[in-house]
Amino acid sequence: MEILVCIKRAPDTSENEIEVNRDGTDIERDDLVYSVNEWDNYAVEEAIQIRDKMGGSVTVVTVGDEDDEEVIRREMAMGADHGILLSDETFKGSDGRGISAILKAEVEKKNYDLILTGAQADDGAGQVGGILAAMLDWPYASLVNFIDVIDDKKIKVGREIAGGNQEMHEIDLPCVLSIQTGINEPRYVGIRGIRKVASLEIPVHTAGDLGIAPESVGESGARTKRLDYFVPELGEGAEILEGSTEEIIDKLLEFLKAKGGIK
Amino acid sequence: MSKGVLAIAEQVEGVFRKVTYEALSEGRRIADHLGSELTALVLGADVENISKELKPYGPDRIVVADSPALVEFLTDAYTNVIYDFIHQETPEVIILGASTQGKDVSARLSARLNAPLAMDCVAIRFEDNRLIASRYMYGGKILADVELDGTPKILAFRPNALDITNADGAGTLQNFDVDTGTTALQFIDKRLDTDKKEITEADTVVSGGRGMGGPDFSVIEALAELLDGAVGASRSAVDEGWRPSSDQVGQTGKVVSPNLYIACGISGAIQHFAGMSSSKVVVAINKDPEAPIFAKADYGIEGDLFEIVPLVTEEIRKLKG
Repeated sequence: MEILVCIKRAPDTSENEIEVNRDGTDIERDDLVYSVNEWDNYAVEEAIQIRDKMGGSVTVVTVGDEDDEEVIRREMAMGADHGILLSDETFKGSDGRGISAILKAEVEKKNYDLILTGAQADDGAGQVGGILAAMLDWPYASLVNFIDVIDDKKIKVGREIAGGNQEMHEIDLPCVLSIQTGINEPRYVGIRGIRKVASLEIPVHTAGDLGIAPESVGESGARTKRLDYFVPELGEGAEILEGSTEEIIDKLLEFLKAKGGIK
Repeated sequence: MSKGVLAIAEQVEGVFRKVTYEALSEGRRIADHLGSELTALVLGADVENISKELKPYGPDRIVVADSPALVEFLTDAYTNVIYDFIHQETPEVIILGASTQGKDVSARLSARLNAPLAMDCVAIRFEDNRLIASRYMYGGKILADVELDGTPKILAFRPNALDITNADGAGTLQNFDVDTGTTALQFIDKRLDTDKKEITEADTVVSGGRGMGGPDFSVIEALAELLDGAVGASRSAVDEGWRPSSDQVGQTGKVVSPNLYIACGISGAIQHFAGMSSSKVVVAINKDPEAPIFAKADYGIEGDLFEIVPLVTEEIRKLKG
């Protein structure tokens, strides 16, 4: 089975303070620590497990520039067989549709059976999997938390649905799946694994290689345009309720009634 | 010429999800601003009867796409039907909830219609003729404004971000002929735990963290039940295996915006804030006076949750009679 996993390098927001740059057009990126978008690790792990069971190969792909090579290498250290970087000046400023159009062009270069993406990223909107599937006119399932490969024509997937419930589908291959955290336990990548892939050449595909019209992607092709970034207002911190336990609970109930927490 | 606002309703087993009322209420406001009509589109099997329940939220028309083929939600079948309707009606704005279903449908529609999409947005505004949507990024630390350029403009709203309001609308019922097209998805089965409330739609969320000390969440379950709310968990509680990952509130879990969020024994890692910082009122109960959760809460109680929570539950029960 030929599997393509779409990954992304994202700022590690849980460890970083995030600030808006001076023009308010982006975040301040200078001191940020980047890593692979957390969901993508689950997608790559799942791809590796399917390959180990069924044979075939796992390719990871990202849209970006030379800085993004590190995430490709990391996922190759995890066990992906190939990595591809899609990079071109004209790709910059793409919206979700633009990114999906670039990925589609890459998908069509080879006969993939299965495309996986992370369900979402911190700096994205969780939409690329669905848009890519629609552009390819392939079936799609989101928030997948279980995969069972039936044969090379069909797979069975479980999806997380509202209320923490799960529903099961059979899907014809080729298809696109967005992978939810918790589907597996992504393997640890040690420094030795990273070293092994450090000097591998990562092929770069440009707009020309992919046959993409420059005006259809990037800023000029974007129909959802980013305007301004703000830091949302934060509260001033909690009012700590004091007194005896009884008094504290009385106070809390008064506040909750006033704020509509208890109807 | 594009015209009108289309709100896509979402129902599960014949019951409308709360995001439906939110989308209709906001759809009404947008339609009034544009001086145009609001249409509600309901998809499902045997949904004609429930469709009139949407009238109090102001739609001029309620269009029912009723077919046994739509009994279960399948992304491609649902998208085909919605696409046909949009093709016929050419609405200017399409609004729906960014629920699990809504995210799938809106992404697919954006590709099929070559249309701008504001995914998981929390507010919109008009500046002259421009439609601008705000959405959270980077674990809720940044709010970004995006402009939707072109039509139809697709707005997928984060659940609980919009006010539900009643409005007058004719609510005329109409039927739409369903052609689901071909589908490569086959529904097998669904595991439903129907007692469980969807956490992203709950008015109240009571969450437990490491301070729970084990898988017994009965004290917070009792409080959540009394408040008709949902139970959430911090990442450490999920990592410990005390709760399923679908209960996790935080950056890599669910993002919730309830009216009231009660954090019990949760220290408040940044990862957790990302999932609950847009809650309206936050109450934190923690033994550790230095716990970072107190910096983000409205009201804090320093104490043992196993003592405090049952007392709060008992007092609220008395209050409710």
